[in-house]
Amino acid sequence: MGPLARRRARAAWWFLLPSLTVLLLIAGWPLLRTIGFSLTDAYLGDLENYSFVGLDNFILLSQDPFWWQSVQNTLFFTVASVALELVLGLTIALILNVALPGRGVMRAAVLIPWAIPTIVSARMWQWMYNDLYGVFNQMLMGVGVIAEPIAWTADPALSLWAVVAVDVWKTTPFVALLALAALQLVPRELYEAARVDGVHPVKIFFRITLPLIMPALLVAMVFRMLDALRIFDLIYILTSGSPSTMSMSVYARRHLVEFQDVGYGSAASTFLFALVALITATVLTLGRAHLTREVRQ
Amino acid sequence: MRLSRARLLRRILFYLLITIILIYTLFPFYWAVVSSLKSGSALFEAHPLPIDPAWSNYTAVFQEQPFGRNILNSILVSTATVALSLLLAVTAAYAFGRISFRGRLPLLLTFLGVSMFPQVAVLSGMFELIRTLGLYNNLLGLVVSYMIITLPFTVWVLTIFMRELPKELEEAALVDGATHWQVITHIFLPLMGPALVSTGLLAFITAWNEFLFALTFTLTGEMRTVPVAIALISGASAYELPWGRIMAASVIVTVPLVLLVLVFQRKIVAGLTAGAVKG
Amino acid sequence: MRLNNILRLGLLLLCLSPATLVRAATVSISCGAVGIELEVCRDGAEAWAEKTGNEIRIISTPNSTTDRLALYQQLLAAGSADIDVFQIDVVWPGILHEHFIDLKPHIEPERLRAQFENIIDANIVDGHLVALPWFVDAGLLYYRKDLLDKHGFGVPETWEALTHTAATIQKTERAGGNRDLWGFVWQGRAYEGLTCNALEWVHSSGGGNIVDDRGEVIINNPAAVEAIDQAAAWIGTITPLGVLNYEEEQARGVFQSGRALFMRNWPYAWTLVNGGDSPVRGKVGIAALPRGEDGVHTGTLGGWQLAVSRYSGVRQEAIDLVRHLSSRREQKRRALEAGYNPTWPELYDDPEVRAAHPIAPTLRKVLAGAVARPSDVTGRSYNQVSNAFWSAVHATLAGKGDAAGNLALLERRLERIRRHRGW
Repeated sequence: MGPLARRRARAAWWFLLPSLTVLLLIAGWPLLRTIGFSLTDAYLGDLENYSFVGLDNFILLSQDPFWWQSVQNTLFFTVASVALELVLGLTIALILNVALPGRGVMRAAVLIPWAIPTIVSARMWQWMYNDLYGVFNQMLMGVGVIAEPIAWTADPALSLWAVVAVDVWKTTPFVALLALAALQLVPRELYEAARVDGVHPVKIFFRITLPLIMPALLVAMVFRMLDALRIFDLIYILTSGSPSTMSMSVYARRHLVEFQDVGYGSAASTFLFALVALITATVLTLGRAHLTREVRQ
Repeated sequence: MRLSRARLLRRILFYLLITIILIYTLFPFYWAVVSSLKSGSALFEAHPLPIDPAWSNYTAVFQEQPFGRNILNSILVSTATVALSLLLAVTAAYAFGRISFRGRLPLLLTFLGVSMFPQVAVLSGMFELIRTLGLYNNLLGLVVSYMIITLPFTVWVLTIFMRELPKELEEAALVDGATHWQVITHIFLPLMGPALVSTGLLAFITAWNEFLFALTFTLTGEMRTVPVAIALISGASAYELPWGRIMAASVIVTVPLVLLVLVFQRKIVAGLTAGAVKG
Repeated sequence: MRLNNILRLGLLLLCLSPATLVRAATVSISCGAVGIELEVCRDGAEAWAEKTGNEIRIISTPNSTTDRLALYQQLLAAGSADIDVFQIDVVWPGILHEHFIDLKPHIEPERLRAQFENIIDANIVDGHLVALPWFVDAGLLYYRKDLLDKHGFGVPETWEALTHTAATIQKTERAGGNRDLWGFVWQGRAYEGLTCNALEWVHSSGGGNIVDDRGEVIINNPAAVEAIDQAAAWIGTITPLGVLNYEEEQARGVFQSGRALFMRNWPYAWTLVNGGDSPVRGKVGIAALPRGEDGVHTGTLGGWQLAVSRYSGVRQEAIDLVRHLSSRREQKRRALEAGYNPTWPELYDDPEVRAAHPIAPTLRKVLAGAVARPSDVTGRSYNQVSNAFWSAVHATLAGKGDAAGNLALLERRLERIRRHRGW
């Protein structure tokens, strides 16, 4: 390591200092506290008297079929919603990248779903999903697609998909905006050259465009995944405690707050954290060429 | 002839796709607007147009609580959150994206790790922290707590964008004796404009929509932000949900965001192209 | 926790600061979300402030009951003195009691005896009076007078009669072109409301309660099994499948738009279904919910109480405010102004109240016989008990197993909760 490189490394630490300090200050205590409580029998009504119970909470957790059901629901929800969001978000970004009349207005239009607070949009969809006075069933029955009203959020076979549809509606703009930003970075000359050579547009997309926007897409995917694995408000409002849609966060919140069982709820949260970390580590390893590699020097 | 017919078909399919996407994204919002103009029993019928528009929902929103103040709070909190997280993230992203040093990867992962806990698990500890810092029922408390949500995201996205810029950019300047800080402010910031706008916009919306922290860390009506203010809207009984008014409030709060996007959208696209000086 | 000690110390300093030594105290009260509820509370509280020379600060809380409870728990667990008087749900005394002061020494016994006994009982935990009842609710049967008359049926006395009436009228009306009509809607979503509904089916059929007064789990009995199986049979016949995700407002929406013959709901819906633009205005009647063959009429007890925080720095004033707000006179004002049901039985015979609320006599009967959820006996485990109960009922309604199997499982789960957390 030369003196210049050493000087640079020292500079790097100075540049990281402010954000690291803020992060440690605000996140350190809450996170350590949660992990600590997961090994105790703490109770929300009196957080000063508790005893250490080792891994008891985790053992109880692993024996609860509701917990595994919620793990399964969360994983299904994450795979389905993130996959759909990536495909749809990329499609929207590609459309917005083409010079179309009214493109500016359209860009604002596709962002609208993201601009409505979840606590409102979840209730809004619940209203539209209503089997008897909801607009979806009324329209579908009006044009004769269905003869009987469908109970979108009550039918266990449909309810998780109903949740996925709302999440895709709401968060696709996030993916679209990041993908669009990345698309803008692709040099025009690359397209021109390929087009002159008579390469099929589909081939251009897979050979040139996709590899170039991969880092941004993967970042979008990682952050969408982190959010999807921790999904809470949407499910909580749309279907409450129904086991067919319960997510890990809903489960954790139920024990932490409603049952006041801080020890057990913290164990569920810590387990959730570990699972998310494991999945993220896998994704980062698979995508390391795009995500975590160093700057080319 | 056959070729042009195929092209025509493609064109039709393309516009069909656009139409479907627009209906999917906009219909629920359209329905929110329609519902905001209905009252009482009309809400339980799915008429596509409000037959007798009830503007009273909009006035009621402002009469019953300091909703104007709530919107202002949300704007202040979201703006401060964006400014602070961008400021911190730009410097961090410079270190992560431009300099190779030992411990880079573990640190980068630490930033991500913060985003892996369910918000409700962080809530109690954060509540104690906010009270210890004396920031309870204070907008600053919200800004500080929102860092846990926006900072990991902004750092990562800016790192990725920063890394893609050619390395020749700062090399010459550094050799000429410029400081790292000068490199950031004079060379990178102008080029990063679009990336900053995109991430800033995403962070703004995240802060704008946040509910759990905002509810727990504020107490009085004058300190509430918009999502909390909407969750407070009620009828004569807690069972009743005055749907028309809730929808009116929701429509009102999307307006500032749409304006924001319209103002900044040229920057999102144009600026990015300027930054695309490939090395 | 060191942090909590620091907070305590800060609190102590705050209490000693000169600001609190000034005579006029500011009492913070949380009483509802934004809307009529808050306005009516404000009027009452301000009248007290004027009379006593103190000041009032109103804190609004979310419309959603679970969000409210979560917020309260957060504040109380931190020993916060920000709110002095809390408006709490009838099932919360057991959960929150350690944070509230015992009001018994501050209230005359005869004042307690003059109110509905079941409501006062619900507010007593371990012999302590945790809160004073403010207004009360119970499940009611709403019916369409016009449709019953048209088809020559009376108001059903029993669940069996309700099932028969609903099925017959639904069939005839649908054949006559009223294709959207359903027989009976209620609250079947997996939440606290389902506990209220299901407890009514069980209790009115002679199946008792989930847990009895001594804390024994008694839910797994033949009458309860039969009652829940009967409800499961409604789904898809007289009740739409969608009811499995209905709260109060969805049920009201269906009933108010003329799509249902019967509805189970709280008294709040009365004013709304008779609103100026309601299609069913004037065509609705209310009655006590039906009973099983050998059972009694019942309704689950709901309602809100006022409690004083033990962390309050203005205890005496807070107690005085609670006394004022829960008084007979103030409750009458609230009944006349916004239709809140008083906790004093005699007010239901008051000529003014009767004139304003024609349903008062029915309400009084239902309220006196209302069944309380087992929240005081199960204490801080109540939410867990209720959760286990509505989960079992929801599974049965959704066709995942029958009541016999699910209630047997429920019994074992409840016994485990009892062993583990105790009550």
